[in-house]
Amino acid sequence: MVNGLNLAFQFLDSFAFVVLAAAGLAVIFGIMGVINLAHGEFILFGAYATTKSVTDLGLPLPAAMVVASLLTAGFGVVVERTIISGFVPNWIGQRTVGRDLIEPLYDRLADSMVATFGLSLVMVQSARILFGNSIDTVGTPFGNVAYGAFSYSTYRLVLAGISILVLVAAYYLFTRTTFGTRVRATMQDEQTAKALGIDTERTYMLTFGIGSGLAGLTGALFAPVLSMQPTLGDQFLIEAFVAVVVGGPSVVLGTALSGGVLGAVSATVTNLTDSTTFGRIALLVAAILALRFLPGGITGLIERVRARRQEATDGD
Amino acid sequence: MSDDGISRRQFVTAGGAAMVAGLAGCSSTDDGGDGGDGGGGNGATDTMSSADTVKIGVLEDQSGNFALNGTPKYRASMLAIEEINNDGGIGGRQIEPVTRDPQSDNQRYQELTREFINEEEVDALWAGYSSATREAIRPIINRNEQLYFYTTQYEGGVCDETTFAMGPTARQQLGSVLPYLREEFGEDIYIIAADYNFGQLSADWVRVLADENDANIVGEEFIPLSESSFGSVINNIQAAEPDFVMSMLVGANHASFYEQKASAGLDVPIGTSTAMAQGYEHKRLDAPALANVYAGVNYMEEVPTESNAGDGGLVDRYYEKYPDEGEYVNEEAETNYFSTYMYKEAVEQAGTVEQPEVIEALESGISLGTERAPEAPEGETIELDGATHHVDHHMWVMRADEQHNLEAITDRKIPEQFLSNTVGCDLREESEQTQYTPVDYFEEAQ
Repeated sequence: MVNGLNLAFQFLDSFAFVVLAAAGLAVIFGIMGVINLAHGEFILFGAYATTKSVTDLGLPLPAAMVVASLLTAGFGVVVERTIISGFVPNWIGQRTVGRDLIEPLYDRLADSMVATFGLSLVMVQSARILFGNSIDTVGTPFGNVAYGAFSYSTYRLVLAGISILVLVAAYYLFTRTTFGTRVRATMQDEQTAKALGIDTERTYMLTFGIGSGLAGLTGALFAPVLSMQPTLGDQFLIEAFVAVVVGGPSVVLGTALSGGVLGAVSATVTNLTDSTTFGRIALLVAAILALRFLPGGITGLIERVRARRQEATDGD
Repeated sequence: MSDDGISRRQFVTAGGAAMVAGLAGCSSTDDGGDGGDGGGGNGATDTMSSADTVKIGVLEDQSGNFALNGTPKYRASMLAIEEINNDGGIGGRQIEPVTRDPQSDNQRYQELTREFINEEEVDALWAGYSSATREAIRPIINRNEQLYFYTTQYEGGVCDETTFAMGPTARQQLGSVLPYLREEFGEDIYIIAADYNFGQLSADWVRVLADENDANIVGEEFIPLSESSFGSVINNIQAAEPDFVMSMLVGANHASFYEQKASAGLDVPIGTSTAMAQGYEHKRLDAPALANVYAGVNYMEEVPTESNAGDGGLVDRYYEKYPDEGEYVNEEAETNYFSTYMYKEAVEQAGTVEQPEVIEALESGISLGTERAPEAPEGETIELDGATHHVDHHMWVMRADEQHNLEAITDRKIPEQFLSNTVGCDLREESEQTQYTPVDYFEEAQ
């Protein structure tokens, strides 16, 4: 049975989940070229930090979420300095490409995959040793919206709103600020950027920190609706990679578009078939089709179309 | 702080195990001297060590996906072994536990099972949480004719000559809670279940039981184990307007359902065989997520029997040995606990640890709660049915309220019925190694 409001709410729900799951990864994988298999565990970090801040320190939920995002960002900086860039064990202090004792993991896709997979195992088991097999969950705030026979959790709708805000903020940061320009310059050609006076070390570190902070924010936002246990990050990883890959090279815009497309596919199919399984299958089939026919992702297609138009006008 | 607690606890556990092993070693040399059978050869040492201790293999997950459920199982086994050893052991022999953490990994389970059977030569084996694990190691167990205790509540139907399925089956669990909800709330049922072997078979049982209790299935949905968003599931339930929901959701991701249905304002009563008793969701999730959830179980920490919740009952003794915050004595822990005692009874009856003879003793029908054996924490007497290798359990319907306080609503003895009445499995007459499913026997399960 198709009910318009149900469909709309489920779309917002899927959209928020896909976008928030992918938010941090879009920066770390999409911009920096590090396949971060520990992305789910960064989310776990944020979720645990939020829950612990509320239950143990007695912070109000919104404050706990901010604290958790900042903590995760800080943790991300530590990871970047030690594992990803290998800066800390390098006594020369400054990274000069090709000359280091430790080669950083940027743009070494397979290597970064292995390193971050190891990191994810360490993080899950550490969470288990430190906090046990589960910690208490904080309740979902805001109650529900009721309409006829149906009702929907208000908090899930708030999540959809926040996911749009996150996208807008990220888009502004990476395209409209000097910092964003430095980031894109560094990722495109590190040597040239350095020659032009950009502190690329710092840029790498901060960008990774921002990506981690976004993952932490996702964990913080989902902490009140998920069951808190050390493997909770798993459920985000696949959706996150699918969203970033389907989105394509223009990461922030791509994440928004793929969140919209994948969310719509998943919500519509789930609603039509009354089956979550079919919704999940449809989402992954859509991803396969997207990769097959739009190898550059959605934004890749947009760029191609734009380039063709450009050519056409040039030809005139 | 919690860091210290854990390392200390692990140290104590390891130390305890080492001490037991050490004691066993000592007693074997002592007895050897006393017996004075002077052979001194390798063969003699072998028989002596196996004669002087009873070697029990315990493979339960303490890390990985099932750590939450497996850790209390492991600990309850250790508690039972410690109690039996302090009490003089099995027929005067100390128990020597052999344990390893299989890390929720079925391949590791297979390797460790082979190792425990062939190298450690355990006299009895306790292993595994999930049905998938059991089915992964059962061929190895069958090939070696190893006495094996499977102690999780499960879908039912395993008729196997050396396997003893000590947990309650779906028919026992659902059969205690479904009739109660049908009586109390009405006839329309909506089924939600995890999309794999266990969930599918449990849903078949709900259909069979619905038929037996004049109820209708108004909707049904199977949900992938990785799913943690239940918005559409909740809407589907609201559209179908059932009188109650039967939920066989499984695992950490699915636990999110309860939080989400509460925040979405879905207040239909929910019957379950999986929530609360195993993963103690009523302790982990913020109230009122589990309000109006009814669990059909043989055991929970809150079961109000003297031997469980009374002074010095199982719960007291467990927390004395493992004083851990956020810990829970789950349904499976009790099964590990009492089945160790049932094994002790059987060995003492058989007068040997030789497995065929112990199995024969087990098949003669062991019960707890008699004057020889202690009462099972789940209540009064429970019997092992020799024909099917399953247990006639004491079953409870437990209800959680808005504050997540539990109330025991009904209790009754429910025997295993599928293998005994429907299939006609009798392992004393005929050796089998089969798992039967309800689809082959009930039209309404199809």
